[in-house]
Formats: sequence, C-alpha cells, structure tokens
Amino acid sequence: MAKRTIIPFGPQHPVLPEPIHLDLVLEDEKVVDVIPSIGYVHRGLEKLVEKKEYTEMVYVIERICGICSFGHGWGASASIEGAMGVEIPERAQFLRTIWHELSRVHSHLLWLGLLADAFGFESLFMHCWRVREHVLDLFEKTTGGRVIFSVCKVGGVRKDIDAATLKEIVDTLNGLKPEIQKLADVFIEDASVKNRTQGVGVVTKEEAIELGAVGPVARGSGVYQDIRLAGIGVYDQLGFEPCIEEAGDCYARTVVRIREVFQAIELIEKAVELIPEGPIDVKVNGNVDGEFILRLEQPRGEAFYYAKGAGSKFLERMRVRTPTNQNIPTLVKMLQGCDLADVPVLALTIDPCISCTER
Amino acid sequence: MSEKKFMIQNFEDVAPEALLPRVKEMKAGGYRLGQACATKQLDGTIFVLYSFDLDHVLYNLKVVVPADMKLQSVTGEYWSAFIYENEMHDLFGIKFENLALDYDGRFFKVVTPTPWNPQN
Repeated sequence: MAKRTIIPFGPQHPVLPEPIHLDLVLEDEKVVDVIPSIGYVHRGLEKLVEKKEYTEMVYVIERICGICSFGHGWGASASIEGAMGVEIPERAQFLRTIWHELSRVHSHLLWLGLLADAFGFESLFMHCWRVREHVLDLFEKTTGGRVIFSVCKVGGVRKDIDAATLKEIVDTLNGLKPEIQKLADVFIEDASVKNRTQGVGVVTKEEAIELGAVGPVARGSGVYQDIRLAGIGVYDQLGFEPCIEEAGDCYARTVVRIREVFQAIELIEKAVELIPEGPIDVKVNGNVDGEFILRLEQPRGEAFYYAKGAGSKFLERMRVRTPTNQNIPTLVKMLQGCDLADVPVLALTIDPCISCTER
Repeated sequence: MSEKKFMIQNFEDVAPEALLPRVKEMKAGGYRLGQACATKQLDGTIFVLYSFDLDHVLYNLKVVVPADMKLQSVTGEYWSAFIYENEMHDLFGIKFENLALDYDGRFFKVVTPTPWNPQN
C-alpha cells in the first residue's frame, strides 16, 4: 500500500466561494477517502421560528440563499399554505412557476461560469455571467430585486406581471438563446473542456439512488427523479419531462444543466401562453395548526420544506433540507478514486451552495 | 389538487425500538432516503422524522425520542443519513448508536451547544 497523506481542502480555497472542508486521504495522487466537514457559518435560521411569525418566516427562509431565493420563498409559503389548507389562485401558481424557471436559468448560467472558472477558462466564465445579467434584469423589472425578491407570500404572490412585460420576458429569453447556444457549444464540443469533464467523477445510477442524490447530479446518472413531476406549480400543464443523461460523469451533469436552461425558457414561454387572468392571492386568516411537507425542484435539486404549527402565530418547526445537504454524500463517493487535480471540478459538479447548507 | 402527488402526506408513528426494522423494510421496498430532521415540540418532547421517497411520493416515519435521548442510527441501511444524524446530535443533543460516520459533536461549529435541546 502506498503511503497515505491527508490533505485539507478548504474551508478557504480559490474554487470555493463559501466554506466547506474536505479531508482528502491520498495514496500518491489518488484520493482514496474523503471526510467532509460543514458548519463553519451555520446561521440557525430555522430556530427563528421561535421569534418570527409564520408570515415573517417566508422572508427569513428566502434569505437562506442568494441564488435560489425565489424557490425558498415559494417552498416556505407553499408548505405553510399546505399546513393551513389554503389553495392559492391559478394565476399565482403560473407566476410562481415563471419566476422559478427564471431562477433556474440564472442559477445554471452562474454554475456554468463557475465550472469554466474552475478549469481555467476565464473568458467562458465571464460570458456565462454576462448573459446571466439579462435574467437578473428581468427579475429587477418584475420584482424590484435582483437577489432577494419577496414576491412570494402565504396565500399567493405580492406582484402581478402585466401582459406586455410577460411578452418582454419571452422576447428577451428568446433573444438570449443564440448566445446561450454559443456557450453551450463550447461546454459540449470543446476538447479541453471534455478532457476535464468526460469520464471524471462517475456516479452510477444505482449509486445515485443509494446515496439519495438529487437534481442534475441524479439526472446526470440516469435517475428519473424531478419533483416537478409531482404536481407542484403548473408543470403538469406545460408538458414537462425531466432532462436525463446516462453517463454519470461531470460532462453528463453539465449537459443536464445546459439542457435545463433551454427547457426552462420553453417552460416560461408555454406558461406565458397559458397564464389565466384573475387574482394573484387569497386572504389568509388564522394560525397554523397542521403540518405539511413540500418538496420543490430547485436548480440544484430537490429541496424539502416541513412546516408544523401549534395553533399560534409562531410555527413549531420550519425545516429546510437543501439540495447540497443531500448531495454531500454523493460528492464523497464521486471523489473516492479521483485524481487530486480533479477535486476542484468535482467539488463544483454538485453545484454546492454552502449558504443553503448552513441555513 | 387532491390527486397531485405532492399533496399526499404519509406520516406513520413508530416506536423507537421499531424504527430500525421499519427502515430496513423501506430499504427493501426500494425507497430512497429523502431527509431526516428533529422537531422540538412545545411540551418539550422531541420527535424525529425520517422521510423516504418512492416514485415522487414521500413516506415519513415519525419517532418520539425517549427520555435518555438515544436512538439507533439508520446509517447501516442508508449511509447518507450520517449528515442528518450528526446534525441532530449537534443541534438537539440526540445520541445515535452505531452511527457509521460519527463526528462526535464536531459537525457543526455552534456557539451554544445543542441549541434546540429542551434542557437549554
């Protein structure tokens, strides 16, 4: 047996925007075992249920993350609505779906940029983020915010989008398609990118199921798992089918996310065609006295929201299990047997969001 | 709305000693682990929720934590549960026996130890 060395990776590392620590056990250049550590910036947001009313908790939960903040607001609102037995108007469901898919577009473009940065393709990184800015502009126009939106509330949404602006969203996204396609071509066709991603960090379908992988990590390994199939939002009216790749490597996970960017644009286009007129919220009275679990397909994967009331204005529990939390065991598995030089790309390949994990 | 899968809320109360056999049944049934979390109730008791997914429908096992705050770990069946069980140990003070990857209280770096523990 070769001599074993333990190399600390993180919590501060050029490829990590947020702190996670991995103890990498090496034999020569091969990683043979990994021990992850988190908790460096744990904020205890869930514990704020003791001090914030259930309506205020939506603001708290959407601040878990600056990338998928809309989804967190939706998840928190919808789990409380479920616990209270509140049904929101159809137009609000459409608006939530449109904003959520816009989030997916900007989140995946952000991740593609970070991946390019990780393997040293700086210009590709900058172009991904340049295109992403246009999506953030759409958020600013429709919600007033670029990072935190606060449009979701218990009972529906706070803001409507008029027909002209909906058309502008579709036109803008369709205008971005050729630019995104140029970026996608580099990720899919470029030999230097393929060298860093193909056959690297392979997770088989069986392993992904065993480890409970979620999101593009699971779908990149051929797992037919996407909680948008469960009926949340209006995906059942949009002809939604998940994007699946079979290879289970970094390349497959990248292709899944690229396909999901184009799919999200199509879903938004269909939702804009079908969105009905009508109210955007319902009045919600009383306190939460039930419990409800809601899962939402965030850009990084399935997120879990558990709301439990106790008959007062304060919830007894608001639990959020984020996709990164669920994908850490899969990351450990995919790092075992890889080369040390591939660790940064592999760590990125689950699209880790530590601020989500450290809620 | 009622026919949509996400509206199906399956909760099953399980005694602490029956948890592991029940989890083995879930594993044999092809369920994947969705999450696990603890909840401190107003009366000071804590329950743990293990959530399992099959074909986009969740099934949840709810177990009230005994007074000695000890539960059997499910990591022998679902290794990935180490994330959740270490979290519950550090935030709630629940001790999991036979935990496959035990951080012994060093998974989270919290200022107040076991902040959700009813004794605090």
